[in-house]
Amino acid sequence: MTTLSLAIFLEQLKRSFAVTKKDIRIYYSKGPVLTFGLIFPLFLFLAFTIGRNVPAKELFPGLIGMTVFFTATSVGPAILPWETRSKTLERLVCSPVSTWAIFFGDILASFIFGMLISLVPLVAALIMGVEIMNLLVLSLSMILATFCFASLSVLLSVYPPTDIPATVMMLSSLIKFPLVFISGIFVPLENLPELGKIAASFSPLTYFTDMTRYATNGMGYYSVTADLAMLAVFTIIFLIGSVKLHERFLPKRFS
Amino acid sequence: MDLAVEVHGLTKRYGDITAVDRISFETKLGEIFGFLGPNGAGKTTTIRILTGIIKPDEGTATIMGHDIKKEPLQAKQIMGIVPETSNAYIDLSAWGNLMLIGELYGVPKKQSVERGKELLEKFDLYDRRNQHVRGFSKGMKQRLILCMALINEPTILFLDEPTSGLDVESAKLIRDMIAELNSAGTTVFLTTHNMEEANRLCDRIAIINHGRIVAIDNPENLRTKSLGLQSIEVTFDRPVNLADLARIPSINQVKKVGDKIKLDTSDPNEAIKCIVNHARSHDLGIITLNTLAPSLEDVFLKLTQTKHEG
Repeated sequence: MTTLSLAIFLEQLKRSFAVTKKDIRIYYSKGPVLTFGLIFPLFLFLAFTIGRNVPAKELFPGLIGMTVFFTATSVGPAILPWETRSKTLERLVCSPVSTWAIFFGDILASFIFGMLISLVPLVAALIMGVEIMNLLVLSLSMILATFCFASLSVLLSVYPPTDIPATVMMLSSLIKFPLVFISGIFVPLENLPELGKIAASFSPLTYFTDMTRYATNGMGYYSVTADLAMLAVFTIIFLIGSVKLHERFLPKRFS
Repeated sequence: MDLAVEVHGLTKRYGDITAVDRISFETKLGEIFGFLGPNGAGKTTTIRILTGIIKPDEGTATIMGHDIKKEPLQAKQIMGIVPETSNAYIDLSAWGNLMLIGELYGVPKKQSVERGKELLEKFDLYDRRNQHVRGFSKGMKQRLILCMALINEPTILFLDEPTSGLDVESAKLIRDMIAELNSAGTTVFLTTHNMEEANRLCDRIAIINHGRIVAIDNPENLRTKSLGLQSIEVTFDRPVNLADLARIPSINQVKKVGDKIKLDTSDPNEAIKCIVNHARSHDLGIITLNTLAPSLEDVFLKLTQTKHEG
């Protein structure tokens, strides 16, 4: 990379932070959004665990998995339809900010929101006595998984290029919920049938949950390296996919 | 000659509809260039291509030498844009919107703050700077959009129907500001429906209809070059038979307008001679006789209707 293109890249990165700040102020720092971010994964988690006599340590990977997944993907898909409808997307597109920088800014906002909200169940679990055996693996996996899911959230708004947030939210739920059920959140991977294991391997959430299990009880289904590598692969696919596909479908939002 | 905008063979299609059809024009540095046309003529599509919102199917457009397709960031960096519909973030304050745009254009923070304060004061919005845009009137929103367009001190300003639907005071404020900015050297690309506005502000005007440019010139030349649109207004000392006047060869059309008679002609010199001869032969006294240049509106209607009929 030449000095000039590096300077342009850094300048664009700086401008994408402006998009992030804008997203956080407009979409994420609202009372209902914050409450939803905390309450929804907790309720969903409770719905599947109440009545099962499982220790907190066993439940922690599922809780943190759902919190990271649902918070990092909660608002991201709706931002683009909102901005298309209010014509603010035109304002962003005609400003001297690259398409990748606009969407990277959106991803970063989702990432920050996901990370901050996920700290709540993490702290709660520590207070409840859940012992973290490998804090480094847990931290690494949380950062990478949150970024991966934040990229997925922006990818989910690619198609259809609509200006109706409800349409995108409904379609994204059709992808998000099945992912939760196939990712070994409620049933550890080793207990899944063979077909379930194959299905689980296609979900990025599987690798995050597996790493969280490793970080809390020292045992994972896959190796940490494999989990990290797979999460990294999914992150790259979602990140590049969201930027490239948005570049392709963006003009349809202005026609 | 320094050019601010150069457009060659620009074409944009939406399915079977050609919104912009191989248009070519140039905007000189420092001028106010008016882009006129009826609804659906292709004005907004053109401005959206020039500002990098949509890509053309064919042709090129350069802004201050930067191709909008090949060097979009460089081209956008020197532009200010006032779109047809307000697109400020309604959940941010006026100040929040201005600072956001400053950051998107890479304006240093200190400069953004100073310029933001200056612009909000100039556009009478400083006292409302901390109020969310959601509560702003249309005029206030439009003034804020102009502030946002000027935060980066653009070399070229694109305005799409900037005074459409505004109250008289806001419209005047914006028109005065356009003239002031232009005096200070900013090139202005303006689309408008308002003929009086175009006539008063623009150095040159392009008229677009059905996606094609039908005329480009300065307002005065457009008027005088529009043959058949010149007219003579005459008042006689007693009623006359309009059919007799209509038979004069150089007269295209005769209309009674109040106590006056308006005669459209493509040859005012010949028509006046004939009218005087007619008055003499019918023993009529001429009370007033004026030649009228066509208004810009007449030119616009003629060019757009002719094309439509054709």
